[in-house]
Amino acid sequence: MDTPSEVAVPRPGGGTLLPRPYRVRRRWDETQDTFTMELEPIGDAVEPGADAFRPGQFNMLYAFGVGEVPISISGDPADAGRLVHTIRAVGPATEALRRAKAGDAVGVRGPFGSWWPVEEAEGRDLVFIAGGIGLPPLRPALYQVLAQRERFGRVALLYGARRPEEMVFVPELRRWRSELHLDVLVTVDRATESWKGDVGFVTQLIRRAPVDGTGALAMICGPELMMRFAAQELTKIGFSDDRIHVSLERNMKCGVGLCGHCQFGPSFVCLDGPVYRFGEVRAALTVEEL
Amino acid sequence: MNGSAIWLGPDAPERVIAHLGGQGFRVVGPRVEDGVLVLEELTAGDSLPTGWHDRAAPGSYRLERREGNGPRARERFGYRVGAQAWKRYLHPPELRLFTAERAAGGGLDLHPEKGPEAPLALIGVRPCDLTAIAVQDRVLMGGRHVDEAYAARRHGAFLVVVECTTPGATCFCASFGSGPGAEGGFDLALTELIDDERHGFVARAGSARGEALLEALGGRPASAPETDGRRRAVDEAAHAMGRRLDVDGARSALAEGAGLPLWNDVAERCLNCANCTLVCPTCFCVTIEDVTDLSGDVAERRRRWDSCFSLDFSYLHGGSVRRSGAARYRQWLTHKLSSWFEQFGEAGCVGCGRCIAWCPVGIDLTQEAAIAIEQRRQADAMPRGRGPAGRGARR
Repeated sequence: MDTPSEVAVPRPGGGTLLPRPYRVRRRWDETQDTFTMELEPIGDAVEPGADAFRPGQFNMLYAFGVGEVPISISGDPADAGRLVHTIRAVGPATEALRRAKAGDAVGVRGPFGSWWPVEEAEGRDLVFIAGGIGLPPLRPALYQVLAQRERFGRVALLYGARRPEEMVFVPELRRWRSELHLDVLVTVDRATESWKGDVGFVTQLIRRAPVDGTGALAMICGPELMMRFAAQELTKIGFSDDRIHVSLERNMKCGVGLCGHCQFGPSFVCLDGPVYRFGEVRAALTVEEL
Repeated sequence: MNGSAIWLGPDAPERVIAHLGGQGFRVVGPRVEDGVLVLEELTAGDSLPTGWHDRAAPGSYRLERREGNGPRARERFGYRVGAQAWKRYLHPPELRLFTAERAAGGGLDLHPEKGPEAPLALIGVRPCDLTAIAVQDRVLMGGRHVDEAYAARRHGAFLVVVECTTPGATCFCASFGSGPGAEGGFDLALTELIDDERHGFVARAGSARGEALLEALGGRPASAPETDGRRRAVDEAAHAMGRRLDVDGARSALAEGAGLPLWNDVAERCLNCANCTLVCPTCFCVTIEDVTDLSGDVAERRRRWDSCFSLDFSYLHGGSVRRSGAARYRQWLTHKLSSWFEQFGEAGCVGCGRCIAWCPVGIDLTQEAAIAIEQRRQADAMPRGRGPAGRGARR
């Protein structure tokens, strides 16, 4: 019982629970239910630099009067002043954001959470593994790597979607695929007639990834089951637990460790995650309903 | 504080209320309403209950009047804790965080809610609840982000603690060292001494403000028999506490306890009613509600207490993470007694016993913790990979 009865006033930099006003600059569909939206601050209500983020971090996006949702930032960290999110409409708040038009106002709190340790991969091979809507949270890291491509060894992106029409960033995937210094392997769980590519789970691509497992890093984002199996496959080809990074998702109401919703064992996903070293969460991921 | 203890008469609570009210504090203390103990705003001239005591047991709580003409019929703090904890005032059950308006030209005007104008004075805080306030301080103000709404209420709050001299049947604060006495973290501590010869309070200041209050109240220095009596009464209360919890044992058993059999057993009894989380003085979880008025141009965000016992609490698109009652009870107990240590360096339980008394089916956290410890011990004694109590592994 060592708490002083007179407690110090809140430290500056508070206001983390109050959204900042942004305007939708552009918005376009990626798939039938997934869209990307570019935001810009309204007036001078947002301090310069407030948008700076690290790849893998998320913002709480507020749809006026409807709700607030945690969404990973999917844009380029070097492109300040253009805040990009790619969102799947699955509930009232994300559906309201989907209906937003250019010029509409939304609220933003963040950026929050941990990030992909891109610098740690310098001098090493690096493999990105994405499942479905797991590609957008990885894209900022990919941008960062491509901007300083010479600092990294071989870099591969393995991307799996359930069906060809559920793939996001398709024009960009085509462009990346044509680049000589990036290996892009894409697969779908279920093909349609026009699909000429691989069919199968993204984890099946791991053995074909042209990276040296013993020193390489992996960054994985997708459904939990997929991430567990991907990590298992990576371990088989020599990846160690502390070089595998995963991004977890949990219910979040505040994004700053105060609402209690995102607890994952002793960890708060909003503060300690969403990006974790696989070794930190390996055991917890095997516990059902944790 | 170095000031010596002061002896105050049995009307000390009323004098404290009047004095702090006069200083501009918003004074809150216990009252008896509809047969239960509630924490309500008080004004000068209000008096606290006299001659009431409470009887708590698993699934049961009764507030009763003392019969007869014995000295205890005049006891001021014969009751311990009711269903309400002080978080009701420091971390309110429902709170507006901001209002938002669509502004001309497609803008968005956000108006944060103003904090309270008057500082709080909490009268009659039991030591377990004082510890609970310190626990919430660390959760809501001690981390990377500060809960401004909590900080605004906590800042400057004047805490008047009343030490416990008679433990209740559901009390186990001694296991945590969070009671029955209080050594710090308060502005003023009162200890009621009542027998045939004397009735009054040993009062100790815990801050400069507490010193000033004691000075204003007058009173004489407490005698040696009075200060000794206070110490003895608190020590005896600690020894008389029948209920215990093995804090270290529960912490380690639950850290590796995801697969223990007890979760399915307790889920057979638990109603998922969330009573335990609502009465718990440390439970801090909240949810957010965004609403608009009928025009759709004015919105507000409200925050409400939430509970890990609700299915929605862990909802992700596609379904909730904790679908079963077993997983939800496991989350609650494991958080209180184990993962809270890793998050905040201490337990998330202070031994107030509210969750035991207010559980409609009388689930007893101390008993469930003891079962977890025993089941963990049995599992460890078995060769790996055998028996039902593995580590909760899926494979």
